[in-house]
Amino acid sequence: MAKGVKPRVKVPKKAEAGETITIKTLISHKMESGQRKDSDGKIIPRSIINRFTADFNGQNVIDVTLEPAISTNPYLQFEATVPEAGKFDFKWYDDDGSVYEESKEISIG
Amino acid sequence: MGFKPILTTAAAIASLAFAAHADQDAKLVIDGQTMITQTKAPAFVENLDDIYSGWIYRADETQALEMDDFENPGFVFLDQGIDLFNAVDGTEGKSCAACHENVEDFAGLRATMPRMKDGKLQTMEEQVNECRTTRMGAEPWKYSGGQMTAVTALIGLQSRGMPVNVAVDGAAAPIWEKGKEIYYTRYGQLDLSCSNCHEDNYDTMIRADHLSQGQINGFPTYRLKNAKLNSIQARFKGCMKNVRAKPFKEGSDEFKALELYVASRGNGLSVESPSVRN
Repeated sequence: MAKGVKPRVKVPKKAEAGETITIKTLISHKMESGQRKDSDGKIIPRSIINRFTADFNGQNVIDVTLEPAISTNPYLQFEATVPEAGKFDFKWYDDDGSVYEESKEISIG
Repeated sequence: MGFKPILTTAAAIASLAFAAHADQDAKLVIDGQTMITQTKAPAFVENLDDIYSGWIYRADETQALEMDDFENPGFVFLDQGIDLFNAVDGTEGKSCAACHENVEDFAGLRATMPRMKDGKLQTMEEQVNECRTTRMGAEPWKYSGGQMTAVTALIGLQSRGMPVNVAVDGAAAPIWEKGKEIYYTRYGQLDLSCSNCHEDNYDTMIRADHLSQGQINGFPTYRLKNAKLNSIQARFKGCMKNVRAKPFKEGSDEFKALELYVASRGNGLSVESPSVRN
Protein backbone atom coordinates (compact mmCIF):
# COMPACT_ATOMS: atom_id res chain seq x y z
CA MET A 1 0.00 0.00 0.00
CA ALA A 2 1.34 3.34 -1.04
CA LYS A 3 1.99 5.83 1.77
CA GLY A 4 -0.42 8.56 2.83
CA VAL A 5 -3.38 7.37 0.80
CA LYS A 6 -6.70 8.69 2.00
CA PRO A 7 -9.94 8.60 0.03
CA ARG A 8 -12.57 11.26 0.54
CA VAL A 9 -16.01 11.66 -0.93
CA LYS A 10 -18.70 14.32 -0.83
CA VAL A 11 -22.26 13.09 -1.43
CA PRO A 12 -25.39 15.02 -0.38
CA LYS A 13 -27.09 13.36 2.60
CA LYS A 14 -30.53 13.76 1.05
CA ALA A 15 -32.04 13.93 -2.42
CA GLU A 16 -35.44 13.84 -4.13
CA ALA A 17 -36.30 10.53 -5.81
CA GLY A 18 -35.01 10.69 -9.38
CA GLU A 19 -32.89 13.75 -8.68
CA THR A 20 -29.49 14.15 -10.31
CA ILE A 21 -26.83 14.84 -7.72
CA THR A 22 -23.19 15.86 -8.00
CA ILE A 23 -20.62 13.63 -6.38
CA LYS A 24 -17.09 14.80 -5.67
CA THR A 25 -14.26 12.42 -4.89
CA LEU A 26 -10.61 12.93 -4.11
CA ILE A 27 -7.93 10.47 -3.10
CA SER A 28 -4.57 11.61 -1.81
CA HIS A 29 -2.05 9.59 -3.79
CA LYS A 30 1.38 10.45 -5.19
CA MET A 31 0.52 9.11 -8.70
CA GLU A 32 4.13 8.34 -9.63
CA SER A 33 4.11 8.16 -13.41
CA GLY A 34 6.97 5.70 -13.95
CA GLN A 35 8.66 8.18 -16.27
CA ARG A 36 10.74 10.01 -13.71
CA LYS A 37 14.26 9.19 -12.59
CA ASP A 38 15.77 9.50 -9.13
CA SER A 39 19.11 11.18 -8.34
CA ASP A 40 21.00 8.01 -9.33
CA GLY A 41 19.35 7.98 -12.74
CA LYS A 42 17.21 4.94 -11.96
CA ILE A 43 13.59 4.96 -13.02
CA ILE A 44 11.17 5.44 -10.13
CA PRO A 45 8.66 2.61 -10.54
CA ARG A 46 5.15 3.50 -11.59
CA SER A 47 2.66 3.71 -8.73
CA ILE A 48 -0.74 5.10 -9.60
CA ILE A 49 -4.43 4.57 -9.04
CA ASN A 50 -5.37 2.81 -12.28
CA ARG A 51 -9.11 2.38 -11.84
CA PHE A 52 -11.96 4.06 -10.01
CA THR A 53 -15.51 2.75 -9.70
CA ALA A 54 -18.70 3.93 -8.04
CA ASP A 55 -21.69 1.67 -7.46
CA PHE A 56 -25.16 2.54 -6.19
CA ASN A 57 -26.97 -0.30 -4.44
CA GLY A 58 -24.82 -2.76 -6.36
CA GLN A 59 -25.40 -1.14 -9.73
CA ASN A 60 -22.40 0.41 -11.45
CA VAL A 61 -22.57 4.20 -11.90
CA ILE A 62 -19.13 5.00 -13.25
CA ASP A 63 -15.98 3.01 -14.07
CA VAL A 64 -12.90 5.07 -14.85
CA THR A 65 -9.49 3.99 -16.15
CA LEU A 66 -6.80 6.34 -14.91
CA GLU A 67 -3.55 6.76 -16.80
CA PRO A 68 -0.05 7.77 -15.64
CA ALA A 69 -0.38 11.37 -16.85
CA ILE A 70 -3.01 12.12 -14.20
CA SER A 71 -1.55 14.32 -11.48
CA THR A 72 -1.16 13.83 -7.75
CA ASN A 73 -4.30 13.52 -5.62
CA PRO A 74 -6.76 12.71 -8.43
CA TYR A 75 -10.07 14.56 -8.12
CA LEU A 76 -13.10 13.14 -9.92
CA GLN A 77 -16.49 14.79 -10.05
CA PHE A 78 -19.53 13.26 -11.72
CA GLU A 79 -23.32 13.22 -11.62
CA ALA A 80 -25.62 10.38 -10.70
CA THR A 81 -29.39 9.98 -10.67
CA VAL A 82 -30.76 8.67 -7.40
CA PRO A 83 -33.95 6.61 -7.87
CA GLU A 84 -34.23 5.46 -4.24
CA ALA A 85 -32.54 5.61 -0.87
CA GLY A 86 -29.40 3.58 -0.66
CA LYS A 87 -25.66 3.45 -0.51
CA PHE A 88 -22.86 4.56 -2.81
CA ASP A 89 -19.73 2.39 -2.79
CA PHE A 90 -16.51 3.87 -4.11
CA LYS A 91 -13.39 1.90 -4.94
CA TRP A 92 -9.93 3.02 -5.99
CA TYR A 93 -7.57 0.36 -7.38
CA ASP A 94 -3.84 0.88 -6.76
CA ASP A 95 -1.07 -0.48 -9.01
CA ASP A 96 0.25 -2.47 -6.04
CA GLY A 97 -3.02 -4.37 -5.75
CA SER A 98 -4.52 -2.45 -2.83
CA VAL A 99 -8.12 -1.38 -3.10
CA TYR A 100 -9.24 1.65 -1.10
CA GLU A 101 -12.92 1.76 -0.29
CA GLU A 102 -15.36 4.35 0.93
CA SER A 103 -19.16 4.37 1.10
CA LYS A 104 -21.86 6.96 1.70
CA GLU A 105 -25.54 6.58 2.52
CA ILE A 106 -28.13 8.77 0.90
CA SER A 107 -31.76 9.16 1.94
CA ILE A 108 -34.83 10.31 0.00
CA GLY A 109 -37.05 13.19 1.00
CA MET B 1 -9.51 57.31 -41.39
CA GLY B 2 -6.48 56.76 -39.23
CA PHE B 3 -8.41 57.53 -36.04
CA LYS B 4 -10.64 54.56 -35.87
CA PRO B 5 -8.05 51.82 -35.18
CA ILE B 6 -6.43 54.00 -32.52
CA LEU B 7 -9.74 54.52 -30.78
CA THR B 8 -10.43 50.80 -30.83
CA THR B 9 -7.05 50.12 -29.28
CA ALA B 10 -7.64 52.69 -26.59
CA ALA B 11 -11.00 51.12 -25.80
CA ALA B 12 -9.41 47.69 -25.60
CA ILE B 13 -6.77 48.95 -23.19
CA ALA B 14 -9.42 50.64 -21.07
CA SER B 15 -11.46 47.45 -20.83
CA LEU B 16 -8.36 45.44 -19.93
CA ALA B 17 -7.49 47.87 -17.17
CA PHE B 18 -11.04 47.64 -15.88
CA ALA B 19 -10.90 43.83 -15.85
CA ALA B 20 -7.81 43.94 -13.67
CA HIS B 21 -9.65 45.45 -10.72
CA ALA B 22 -10.82 43.22 -7.96
CA ASP B 23 -14.48 42.73 -7.22
CA GLN B 24 -14.54 44.23 -3.76
CA ASP B 25 -18.10 43.16 -3.16
CA ALA B 26 -17.25 39.47 -3.40
CA LYS B 27 -18.20 37.62 -0.22
CA LEU B 28 -16.10 34.79 1.15
CA VAL B 29 -18.42 32.32 2.87
CA ILE B 30 -16.98 29.04 4.10
CA ASP B 31 -19.25 26.48 5.73
CA GLY B 32 -21.90 29.13 6.30
CA GLN B 33 -19.38 31.41 8.02
CA THR B 34 -18.76 34.81 6.42
CA MET B 35 -15.14 35.91 6.50
CA ILE B 36 -14.12 39.53 6.95
CA THR B 37 -12.23 40.17 3.72
CA GLN B 38 -12.29 43.94 3.95
CA THR B 39 -12.39 46.34 6.84
CA LYS B 40 -11.02 49.65 8.11
CA ALA B 41 -7.25 49.71 8.36
CA PRO B 42 -5.79 49.83 11.90
CA ALA B 43 -4.92 53.39 12.95
CA PHE B 44 -1.17 52.76 12.80
CA VAL B 45 -1.35 51.89 9.09
CA GLU B 46 -1.09 55.52 7.97
CA ASN B 47 -1.17 55.01 4.21
CA LEU B 48 -4.23 52.79 3.81
CA ASP B 49 -7.89 53.50 4.44
CA ASP B 50 -9.13 49.96 4.04
CA ILE B 51 -7.46 46.59 4.21
CA TYR B 52 -8.35 43.66 1.97
CA SER B 53 -7.67 39.96 2.18
CA GLY B 54 -5.62 38.57 -0.71
CA TRP B 55 -8.67 36.43 -1.56
CA ILE B 56 -10.31 39.54 -3.07
CA TYR B 57 -7.61 39.78 -5.72
CA ARG B 58 -7.73 36.19 -6.95
CA ALA B 59 -9.58 34.93 -9.99
CA ASP B 60 -13.14 33.59 -9.59
CA GLU B 61 -11.98 29.98 -9.96
CA THR B 62 -9.32 30.36 -7.28
CA GLN B 63 -11.78 32.12 -4.99
CA ALA B 64 -14.24 29.26 -5.42
CA LEU B 65 -11.63 26.71 -4.31
CA GLU B 66 -11.38 28.35 -0.91
CA MET B 67 -15.15 28.49 -0.46
CA ASP B 68 -15.52 24.71 -0.20
CA ASP B 69 -13.33 22.75 2.18
CA PHE B 70 -13.67 19.67 -0.01
CA GLU B 71 -12.27 21.50 -3.00
CA ASN B 72 -9.64 23.41 -1.03
CA PRO B 73 -6.48 21.41 -1.78
CA GLY B 74 -4.96 22.65 1.47
CA PHE B 75 -7.14 20.15 3.30
CA VAL B 76 -5.24 17.21 1.82
CA PHE B 77 -2.22 18.50 3.73
CA LEU B 78 -4.31 19.41 6.73
CA ASP B 79 -5.31 15.73 7.01
CA GLN B 80 -1.62 14.87 7.12
CA GLY B 81 -1.37 17.47 9.89
CA ILE B 82 -4.01 15.58 11.91
CA ASP B 83 -1.97 12.38 11.58
CA LEU B 84 1.22 14.21 12.59
CA PHE B 85 -0.57 15.82 15.53
CA ASN B 86 -1.47 12.36 16.83
CA ALA B 87 1.84 10.70 15.96
CA VAL B 88 4.20 9.83 18.84
CA ASP B 89 7.71 11.14 18.24
CA GLY B 90 10.88 11.73 20.29
CA THR B 91 12.44 10.36 23.47
CA GLU B 92 9.51 11.26 25.74
CA GLY B 93 7.12 9.00 23.83
CA LYS B 94 4.61 11.79 23.34
CA SER B 95 2.58 13.20 20.50
CA CYS B 96 1.23 16.75 20.23
CA ALA B 97 -2.11 15.30 21.29
CA ALA B 98 -0.61 13.88 24.50
CA CYS B 99 -0.62 17.40 25.99
CA HIS B 100 -3.11 19.12 23.68
CA GLU B 101 -6.01 16.65 23.80
CA ASN B 102 -8.35 18.78 21.74
CA VAL B 103 -6.88 20.59 18.82
CA GLU B 104 -9.92 22.89 19.08
CA ASP B 105 -8.31 24.39 22.17
CA PHE B 106 -6.02 26.28 19.81
CA ALA B 107 -8.96 28.46 18.76
CA GLY B 108 -7.75 32.05 18.71
CA LEU B 109 -4.02 31.30 18.72
CA ARG B 110 -3.36 31.94 15.03
CA ALA B 111 -5.05 35.34 15.31
CA THR B 112 -2.51 36.53 17.89
CA MET B 113 0.70 35.14 16.35
CA PRO B 114 3.48 36.11 16.33
CA ARG B 115 3.46 37.16 19.98
CA MET B 116 5.83 37.93 22.80
CA LYS B 117 6.90 35.11 25.06
CA ASP B 118 9.53 35.52 27.80
CA GLY B 119 10.75 38.78 26.28
CA LYS B 120 11.18 37.31 22.81
CA LEU B 121 8.99 37.35 19.75
CA GLN B 122 7.72 33.88 18.93
CA THR B 123 6.21 32.64 15.67
CA MET B 124 3.86 29.68 15.32
CA GLU B 125 6.65 27.59 13.79
CA GLU B 126 8.99 28.34 16.70
CA GLN B 127 6.25 27.46 19.17
CA VAL B 128 5.72 24.08 17.48
CA ASN B 129 9.44 23.35 17.45
CA GLU B 130 9.81 24.43 21.07
CA CYS B 131 7.20 21.84 22.03
CA ARG B 132 8.92 19.23 19.91
CA THR B 133 12.38 19.76 21.35
CA THR B 134 11.66 20.55 25.01
CA ARG B 135 8.53 18.51 25.73
CA MET B 136 8.67 15.65 23.24
CA GLY B 137 12.44 15.23 22.98
CA ALA B 138 12.05 15.14 19.21
CA GLU B 139 14.02 16.70 16.39
CA PRO B 140 12.75 20.13 15.33
CA TRP B 141 10.98 20.30 11.99
CA LYS B 142 12.29 22.32 9.08
CA TYR B 143 10.87 25.84 9.35
CA SER B 144 8.74 25.69 6.20
CA GLY B 145 8.79 21.95 5.60
CA GLY B 146 5.74 19.87 4.76
CA GLN B 147 5.30 18.55 8.30
CA MET B 148 5.51 22.00 9.82
CA THR B 149 3.05 23.66 7.45
CA ALA B 150 0.61 20.75 7.80
CA VAL B 151 0.51 21.17 11.59
CA THR B 152 0.48 24.98 11.56
CA ALA B 153 -2.41 24.80 9.08
CA LEU B 154 -4.30 22.49 11.45
CA ILE B 155 -3.70 24.88 14.35
CA GLY B 156 -4.56 27.87 12.17
CA LEU B 157 -7.85 26.31 11.04
CA GLN B 158 -9.12 26.36 14.64
CA SER B 159 -9.07 30.17 14.49
CA ARG B 160 -10.67 30.47 11.07
CA GLY B 161 -13.10 33.37 10.94
CA MET B 162 -11.68 35.10 14.00
CA PRO B 163 -10.28 38.57 13.39
CA VAL B 164 -6.50 38.93 13.43
CA ASN B 165 -5.50 40.72 16.60
CA VAL B 166 -1.74 40.90 16.94
CA ALA B 167 -0.38 42.89 19.88
CA VAL B 168 2.00 45.64 18.82
CA ASP B 169 2.43 47.50 22.10
CA GLY B 170 4.51 46.89 25.21
CA ALA B 171 7.52 44.65 24.75
CA ALA B 172 6.60 44.04 21.12
CA ALA B 173 6.82 47.73 20.21
CA PRO B 174 10.55 47.97 19.39
CA ILE B 175 10.40 44.79 17.29
CA TRP B 176 7.31 46.10 15.52
CA GLU B 177 9.17 49.35 14.73
CA LYS B 178 12.02 47.32 13.28
CA GLY B 179 9.56 45.36 11.14
CA LYS B 180 8.05 48.60 9.92
CA GLU B 181 11.48 49.88 8.96
CA ILE B 182 12.16 46.71 6.95
CA TYR B 183 8.75 47.02 5.28
CA TYR B 184 9.63 50.49 3.97
CA THR B 185 13.28 49.75 3.09
CA ARG B 186 14.17 49.14 -0.55
CA TYR B 187 16.03 45.89 -1.19
CA GLY B 188 17.72 44.14 -4.08
CA GLN B 189 18.77 45.03 -7.59
CA LEU B 190 15.24 46.15 -8.40
CA ASP B 191 15.41 48.48 -5.40
CA LEU B 192 11.89 47.82 -4.18
CA SER B 193 10.38 47.86 -0.72
CA CYS B 194 7.36 45.83 0.36
CA SER B 195 5.33 49.03 0.29
CA ASN B 196 6.16 49.84 -3.35
CA CYS B 197 4.06 46.90 -4.51
CA HIS B 198 1.70 46.12 -1.65
CA GLU B 199 0.83 49.63 -0.48
CA ASP B 200 1.38 51.94 -3.47
CA ASN B 201 0.26 49.55 -6.20
CA TYR B 202 -2.09 46.93 -4.84
CA ASP B 203 -5.01 46.02 -7.13
CA THR B 204 -2.87 46.72 -10.22
CA MET B 205 -1.07 44.23 -12.40
CA ILE B 206 2.62 43.41 -12.10
CA ARG B 207 2.99 41.76 -15.48
CA ALA B 208 0.47 38.90 -15.31
CA ASP B 209 0.05 38.98 -11.55
CA HIS B 210 -2.65 40.87 -9.70
CA LEU B 211 -1.01 42.57 -6.72
CA SER B 212 -2.63 42.19 -3.32
CA GLN B 213 -1.95 44.13 -0.16
CA GLY B 214 0.33 41.34 0.97
CA GLN B 215 -1.89 40.43 3.91
CA ILE B 216 -0.88 37.23 5.74
CA ASN B 217 -4.21 36.38 7.39
CA GLY B 218 -4.60 33.27 5.21
CA PHE B 219 -1.32 31.53 6.00
CA PRO B 220 -0.21 28.81 5.75
CA THR B 221 -1.63 29.11 2.28
CA TYR B 222 -2.02 26.56 -0.50
CA ARG B 223 -0.51 27.96 -3.68
CA LEU B 224 -1.49 26.64 -7.07
CA LYS B 225 1.98 27.44 -8.39
CA ASN B 226 3.74 24.90 -6.16
CA ALA B 227 0.83 22.69 -5.09
CA LYS B 228 1.65 22.74 -1.39
CA LEU B 229 1.15 24.74 1.78
CA ASN B 230 3.45 27.73 2.13
CA SER B 231 4.59 29.40 5.32
CA ILE B 232 4.62 33.17 5.81
CA GLN B 233 8.38 33.45 5.86
CA ALA B 234 8.85 31.20 2.82
CA ARG B 235 6.60 33.69 1.02
CA PHE B 236 8.73 36.59 2.26
CA LYS B 237 11.74 34.80 0.80
CA GLY B 238 9.96 34.48 -2.53
CA CYS B 239 9.24 38.21 -2.59
CA MET B 240 12.85 39.07 -1.79
CA LYS B 241 14.10 36.82 -4.58
CA ASN B 242 11.64 38.50 -6.95
CA VAL B 243 13.26 41.87 -6.28
CA ARG B 244 16.69 40.24 -6.77
CA ALA B 245 17.68 40.59 -3.11
CA LYS B 246 19.42 38.07 -0.91
CA PRO B 247 16.61 36.88 1.36
CA PHE B 248 16.91 36.87 5.13
CA LYS B 249 16.87 33.44 6.72
CA GLU B 250 13.62 31.84 7.88
CA GLY B 251 13.36 32.36 11.63
CA SER B 252 15.79 35.31 11.54
CA ASP B 253 15.15 38.41 13.66
CA GLU B 254 14.53 40.42 10.48
CA PHE B 255 11.81 38.11 9.14
CA LYS B 256 10.21 37.70 12.55
CA ALA B 257 10.00 41.48 12.99
CA LEU B 258 8.58 41.79 9.48
CA GLU B 259 6.06 39.01 10.18
CA LEU B 260 4.86 40.86 13.28
CA TYR B 261 4.53 44.12 11.38
CA VAL B 262 2.79 42.62 8.34
CA ALA B 263 0.47 40.55 10.55
CA SER B 264 -0.50 43.71 12.46
CA ARG B 265 -1.39 45.47 9.20
CA GLY B 266 -4.10 42.82 8.85
CA ASN B 267 -5.61 43.37 12.32
CA GLY B 268 -9.36 43.04 11.78
CA LEU B 269 -9.36 40.64 8.83
CA SER B 270 -10.50 37.06 9.40
CA VAL B 271 -7.98 34.27 9.79
CA GLU B 272 -8.41 32.16 6.63
CA SER B 273 -5.90 29.35 7.20
CA PRO B 274 -5.53 27.34 5.03
CA SER B 275 -6.35 29.75 2.22
CA VAL B 276 -5.95 29.17 -1.53
CA ARG B 277 -3.91 31.55 -3.67
CA ASN B 278 -2.13 31.36 -7.00
